[in-house]
Amino acid sequence: MSRYEIRLSGSGGQGLILAGKILAEAVAIYEGRNAVQTQSYGPEARGGASKAEVVISDEDIDYPKAMELDVLLALTQESCMTYVEDLKEGGVLIVDSDAVKTLPKGNFRCFTAPIASIAVERVGKMVVTNIVALGLLTKISGAVSEDSMRNAILARVPKGTEELNMKAFDEGLKTGEELLAEGG
Amino acid sequence: MKKKRADNICMMQGNQACARGAMMAGCRFFAGYPITPSSEIAENLALSMPAVGGRFIQMEDEIGAMGAVIGASLTGLKSMTATSGPGFSLKQENIGYAAMAEVPCVVVNVQRGGPSTGMPTFPAQMDVQQARWGSHGDRGVIALSASSAQETFEQTIRAFNLSEKYMMPVILLVDEVVAHSTEKVVLPDPGGIELFNRKQPTESPGEYLPYRETDDGIPVLARFGTGYRYNVTGLCHDETGFPTNNPEKIEKLIRRLTDKIERHRKDITHCHKIMLEDADVAIFAYGSVARSARRAVFLCREAGIKAGLIEPTVLWPFPSDEVLETAEGVKAFVVAEMNLGQMAREVELASKCRVEVHRLNRVDGRLITPQQVVEKVREAL
Repeated sequence: MSRYEIRLSGSGGQGLILAGKILAEAVAIYEGRNAVQTQSYGPEARGGASKAEVVISDEDIDYPKAMELDVLLALTQESCMTYVEDLKEGGVLIVDSDAVKTLPKGNFRCFTAPIASIAVERVGKMVVTNIVALGLLTKISGAVSEDSMRNAILARVPKGTEELNMKAFDEGLKTGEELLAEGG
Repeated sequence: MKKKRADNICMMQGNQACARGAMMAGCRFFAGYPITPSSEIAENLALSMPAVGGRFIQMEDEIGAMGAVIGASLTGLKSMTATSGPGFSLKQENIGYAAMAEVPCVVVNVQRGGPSTGMPTFPAQMDVQQARWGSHGDRGVIALSASSAQETFEQTIRAFNLSEKYMMPVILLVDEVVAHSTEKVVLPDPGGIELFNRKQPTESPGEYLPYRETDDGIPVLARFGTGYRYNVTGLCHDETGFPTNNPEKIEKLIRRLTDKIERHRKDITHCHKIMLEDADVAIFAYGSVARSARRAVFLCREAGIKAGLIEPTVLWPFPSDEVLETAEGVKAFVVAEMNLGQMAREVELASKCRVEVHRLNRVDGRLITPQQVVEKVREAL
């Protein structure tokens, strides 16, 4: 695979940077390919715009940031509108339908799901929103294998939360599968 | 099936790679004051230093941290501090002291942008001249740069080796992009890393003179507590280490602080050179911008434009010979940097006006893109 670019966007505190790290580790450590994860955030600990980017390649990665996105995940309306212009033609947009009420128009495939609500209602904790999102992204993009993601999540999350995070990931996968079946 | 992960392959931020490099170089003392975007260096060393009997101290401020580093180094411990621009300004007085007293240590500056507190979470390369001239007085300076986590790991080790070899503070300049990008680092076998440790006196304590003239111009400073007694001062001093007003001795000392770098330039300077052999335009870039430039070289070549890259990994001493040699083979230079032309001026000086030097500058806290470099290369042709 030549360059494949993913941006995870939302607001500070949603765990997007950790999600980016997990994704990059799944690719680089468990699949032996190359990945660079970069981030941009404001001085605040919570709130404010936050984004993490992951560039995946079978070759060495020179420029570490995204140039033309293959996948954009947006958990807020603002991040969706700001970043959608970087999405390439035929790219994948995944949004949290509770937060993003106005969907942008363009030549891309759009997948919507109440990601944070799934975390709260089906998994039981808001804090795993990022892992639910990773499940969706894994299933829809096919950029990384489910096994690699499981390994990477388990290596990163705090002890005692493994089951919770696996459940969150599974819920994301399941939702992704349903959305794919509906044709996006 | 769970894939077996190789133990020596890690995903690390540049800052983590720096901390790991420091540990592998034998650093056993860190004093600092946390500051974005360098804090992960302190955070990681706070964890790993005590495990090997090293010391980690969060000091009351930046200059105090620099002072602690100098003191620890005099006892023989490899010592370092890490900071960002605002802290780098505060450390300057003691960096000058370390240069004058010839105390080895490593100072990492993870650059953010702007004067004062500027932009804490965004990248810049605005401290490259400060690394050269930030502290007053004439002296030689060694400042290294890194463009990836892997290179940050390697350059941290090199910074310690150069500081121990040339007995002086060595600056490692990275930027926020490199510091906070998480990417693959392949750790070498610890036994395979070449480490340089400062020389120790062979004469008896009674005969010992710390700043005695040596063949290579580099003093032999005994570790404090080993029975060798000497004075350490920021004042101009003679071979005993005590202050002197003797003009001959002063002249010798000040000249030596610069000469010890100049005469060993070849050992210190280093550049990556990419596709320069047949290049019409040479891009000069360092740090994270060099990665944009690498992609730009690739994009230019695809478009039939002969571009090449000269990427210094040592900014000071400036690679004047390499730049002049490059200038003789190309039609133009493009100097891309996240400041308003701090190194472009050096490239102009070194290339002796043989070719035009085009500047590409960005100071909005965002990384220069490959496309911007390509456009500037087109302009330069």
